[in-house]
Parts: sequence; C-alpha cells; structure tokens
Amino acid sequence: MSGSTRRLVIEPVTRVEGHGKVTILLDERQRVREARLHIVEFRGFERFVQGRPFWEVPVLVQRLCGICPVSHHLAASKAMDRIAGVDRLSPTAEKIRRLMHMGQIFQSHALHFFHLASPDLLFGFDADPSVRNVIGVARHHPELARQGVLMRKFGQEVIRATGGKRVHAIVAVPGGVNRSLDPADRERLRAEVPRMMTWAEDAVALARDYTLEHLEQLEEFGSFPSNHLGLVTADGDLELYDGLLRAIGEDGATLFDGVQNERYAELLAEEVRPWSYMKFPFIRSLGPERGWYRVGPLARLNVCRRIPTPRAEQARRAFFDALGGAPCHVTMAYHWARMIETLHAIEQIERLLDDPDIVGDDLLREGERRDEAVGVIEAPRGTLFHHYRVDANDQVVMANLIVSTTSNNEPMNRAVRQVAERHLAGRTEIDDGLLNHVEVAIRAYDPCLSCATHALGRMPLEVELRGADGALLDRRTRD
Amino acid sequence: MSGTVTITVDGREIETREGRTILQACDEAGVWIPRLCAHPELSVYGSCRVCTCLVDGRAAAACVQPVRHGMVVESDSERVNELRRTIVELLFVEGNHFCMVCEKSGDCELQALAYRLGITHPRFAYMFPERPVDAGHPDLMLDHDRCVMCGRCVRAAAELDGKPELGFLGRGIHRRVGADGGAGLAGTALRGDDRVATICPTGALLRKRVGYRTPYGRRRFDHAPIGSAAAAGDGEER
Repeated sequence: MSGSTRRLVIEPVTRVEGHGKVTILLDERQRVREARLHIVEFRGFERFVQGRPFWEVPVLVQRLCGICPVSHHLAASKAMDRIAGVDRLSPTAEKIRRLMHMGQIFQSHALHFFHLASPDLLFGFDADPSVRNVIGVARHHPELARQGVLMRKFGQEVIRATGGKRVHAIVAVPGGVNRSLDPADRERLRAEVPRMMTWAEDAVALARDYTLEHLEQLEEFGSFPSNHLGLVTADGDLELYDGLLRAIGEDGATLFDGVQNERYAELLAEEVRPWSYMKFPFIRSLGPERGWYRVGPLARLNVCRRIPTPRAEQARRAFFDALGGAPCHVTMAYHWARMIETLHAIEQIERLLDDPDIVGDDLLREGERRDEAVGVIEAPRGTLFHHYRVDANDQVVMANLIVSTTSNNEPMNRAVRQVAERHLAGRTEIDDGLLNHVEVAIRAYDPCLSCATHALGRMPLEVELRGADGALLDRRTRD
Repeated sequence: MSGTVTITVDGREIETREGRTILQACDEAGVWIPRLCAHPELSVYGSCRVCTCLVDGRAAAACVQPVRHGMVVESDSERVNELRRTIVELLFVEGNHFCMVCEKSGDCELQALAYRLGITHPRFAYMFPERPVDAGHPDLMLDHDRCVMCGRCVRAAAELDGKPELGFLGRGIHRRVGADGGAGLAGTALRGDDRVATICPTGALLRKRVGYRTPYGRRRFDHAPIGSAAAAGDGEER
C-alpha cells in the first residue's frame, strides 16, 4: 500500500442528527493527510421554495429541521418582513419573536448539552458506549438528567406559548406575528423561571468545572486557531435575534464589524467541494484557504464585547479569565459557552415575560413590497442566513441559505483531522477510541448535520480509512 | 306550496318538503352529511360525491337527490363512510396536498374531512402530478396542486359575484379550473374582496398575503371536527 494515500472511514456518526460519514485519508507514510466529514443527504430546500408565495416560506423552510425549526421560521420571517416592506415591527411583534427565539435557544442548548454531549463529559470519551449515552446519564446522574429533560421541556413550552405548538410552531408572518402571549401562559412560564435560572447556573458551573479539570487534555483536543463570526449589537453586545455581522481573526483583530445583514454576500463566499453536498463558506477578503471561520456559542462569545444580561455577563468574564482571554480557540469550550448562552436565554425570557408588550395586541405592520431581502439570525448552533428574491407575482425566484453547520464545516473537518492524527499515530486501523474521539469532536459543534444539506434522518457514524492510492484500509460503523 | 314528505335517515324520521334534496333536508334537521362541492350559497352541482348515501339501498349523492316520501337513507354507517373515505383518499392522491406547510391547514374542509373520517394515510399510490401555480393576479392565487375540482369557485364567481369568468379546461385527469381561456386569473375582473376569494374548501384559490394570520387554536377546525356546527343546526361549515 506504500506510494499512495490510504483512507479510513467512520460511519455512521452517532448522537447527532442526520447521517455522518468520515473518511480519513493517509499519505504514503501513514500520516493523516486529510479528514472529510461527508454529509450524504440532500434536501434541496433552496430549489423547492422556488415558485412558492413568499408568505409561505417561513412555514415551509422550518421543515428543514426538527431541532431548530424556530430559527429557520424566524430567519425567513425577517427576510419576508423586508419583502413585505416592513423594516420595523411593532414592539409586541418583535418581543414575541424574541421570546420564541430565546425558548428555542434554551431548549436546543439543553438538548445538545444534556442529552447529546453530557455522556462524553460525565463518563469520559473512551467509556463504554453502552453506558456513555443518555440512558447512562439517567441511571448514574438521575437529578442531572431530570434537569436536562425539564429545561428542554420549558424551552419547548415557551415555543408552544408563542407559536401554538412545540415543534413547527407558527407565529411569525411577514410584517409581524399572528398572536401575542396569553396572560395565563405568561403566568405559568413566569412561575418556572427561578428554577430554570438556578439550573442554568448549575449547568454553567458543571461545564466550567469539567472544562477546567480537563483543560490540558481539551486544549489539545480538536483545537486550532480560527476566525470567528457572529451577530452583535451596534455597541458590540451579544445579540441573537437581530444584530450586525462581526468577524474577528485568530488573534482577535476585527476583520469586519457593523455589517448590515444585506451585505453578507459581499463579505462571505461559498466553495463547493466534489465529495460533499455541504458547501464551505469563507470570508472573501481572506480567500478559501484562510477565510474559513467558526460560528456558534464559542464564536459568539469571542466576537461580542459584553453580554447584556448580568448573570451571563459574569459567567462570560469568568470564562475568559479562566481560559486566557478572548478569543478562545478550545473546541471543547463550546459546551461551556453554550451553557453561558443558556443562562443568557433564561435571563432574557424573564425580562420579556415581565414586559407588558408581550401581551399587547399591536401585531402587524405593512409597507411597500420589495423584491429581495436577507434575514440573519443566531440559531443555537450559529449564524443562519436566509436570502430570497421574489418576483412581481409574489413567487420566490431565488433562495440561498447558509446554515450554521455549513459555516462550521471546515472547522469540523479540521477537528476530526486533528483528533484522528493524534489517535492513529501511524496505525492504519480504526478502533473504538478513534470512533469515540471523532464523534466527540463533531458533537462539540453540532449534533445536527441534517439541516446543513437540508437532509432528513438519523445520524449514525461511518468511518473509512483509505490509503494513499485510495484503497479502503479499514471501515467501522456505529448505529 | 309544496307538500310535506317524510324520509328516514339512519332510523330517524325527518319531515321536510317536496323539492328539497336529501342534503338540504338533513341540514335543516341538523343531521350532518359530509360534503365538499355543495355549498348553501351555490347551486347544486354533484361533482365530488363525498355526500354519497345509500338511498333505498342504492348509492346516490345527497346533494342532488330530491327527497321522496318514505325514502330510507343510510348515511352515518360504516359501509357508507367507507365509500366516502375512499373518495376522499382518491382526492388526496390525485393532487399534491402538503398539509404541513399549507396556509389552509386547520381551515381546510378536505383535511377536516380526512380527520373526521379517520383517514391516517391513503391506500392508493400518490400520483404527484405536475401542476403550475397561477400567481399572476395581484390579489388572488390559484394553486392547482390543491384543487379538487369541486367547482365552487366556478359557481361562486358566476352566481355570487356576477362574474362568470372561471370554467373548466381540459378533459379527464387533465381537467383543471381555468380563467381567461387558460391565460390565468390576471386577465379576469375577479377581485380579492369577491365572495369567490374565500369559498374554496381547500387551499387552491386563495387571497394573497394573508396566509397564516390565524394562529393555532383559532382556526375553524382546531377544536371541533367538521360537521359539529352543522350538527348544532348551522347548515354551513365556515
């Protein structure tokens, strides 16, 4: 097999949504040359929204995903507000949408952390997979598992109270919302807030303690310097619903700042690679080699100057104090950052529930129709772009979606490559350890690969190891 | 003055008048029979056959069958509902009905009938026809994917709005609602505030830009199945 590249394949990747396959290509000296995370499904939403009326799109595109449909619903709605000629929503409409979004952040982060990632953290990356799962957490850490389930449920209840259903809720329509909060729901949710606040603070502490205890190991695990991208307010505060684009380089220097959503395509481009349905976005000015960037909780903490809620801001300061200041490049610190955002979300939920506008009845605005618009939102897993053109008949003629996972495509590949390199160290077989480490690295970013190709399904992992000539050396799968 | 006649529907005697259809007699008596093409504001039509009953043992559409003294009608029985289920399933498979994203969901009589009749999935293969959307009109849209050829819009435009501008084009499986000789709604005098704009039982003919404004919980069929209002004495499902 000498004189050529060898290939290792891991398939399927587990405890993530969708179906993942990893190919590890070796060079002639059996070193890892490249790692490729293949997302093999294809859904093609960008194509089949074409011809549909613009007001249908926020409902249609949320079917991309069962975990974060709210993000797609709201990103598309923000674009369609502009198509409908509405630049500023009524206070009630904007706050209802923000509340729904915070419910989404809260429930998705809880799912990601407690249900999908915590088994790796609690039992160790190399623990027996028959224990290292959510059932194992329920058996050995029943109180933690219970909190995770109830936190997710609370977030989903916020979504239900705003949009009528826990999954695939509908509240946003072009120019506003179709309802405000029922006062009874407001009371019910408000009563739950103190408990959720406590648990969110506990979760921050859990993620912090884990990260600091294992820092030496984690600093080496799938970590690398990178650019970071996220939305912030004009003052640089963390802003998850409606901010300006900001990107920083690996040294923390600003690459761009204060960028209106509509200008995203001037600053970002997408590269297509023949082996994946998922594109590779990059910052134009840096080119595809150096311009790739990370999004999501860690990137958002890196790009913002402050979190505008006190508890989460305190947690953010502790985060950077402990990790040597911003920007932080430790991949596994995503989990800690994710819990800080969870705390921010419940603080925001508390504020919004206490705001009288949340039960107001000024729901809709109107304006003069436009033909093209962009909606950008911070989805739980990172910046989400929706871009549409609509013709004079109100039918969509062009759609471009850049989902969070797509932005994290290159970072996930890098993380897998780095993990594989360290683990294989010249060997040409896939063992359990390699499978485990690859999964843990992917899961730091995303349990949810399906929406990135707009694909549907479970996400089992398959890993292939291939030599320099492309010949299959080993292959392991895990359902 | 037409004479009084008595019919029996599912064992219950209903007194009505000559000249009534079975459907009219039952609506007046508060006995609900499923239907799609029939509408109290419109002339009788008899195209969808969803109101099929067994009349003296023979299948007949209640919306067009006149009453006759002594008539025995079987409506809400398993074997009659099985006929209706089959008809509704066929309507589903011959169009493209994606309820999960349709703005008429929760407000759609076809969907509501499927729920009421206990249809969880069709037994027949989907045909996935390719049908275009007519969105050229400034305030109305015709999504042929969701059309069940009930002809309500054709009759409403002519009979209620005084604009006989809609009709059927093509034959057999290619039949479709057409306007302006096939050129589309844009060339008609129909308006967004005409009665025709809100009479479609499905999501085929729609007013533009108002979809999804009714939240979950306030849509027509969110709390009670189709037929409940009729059972309470209101002849129309609206």
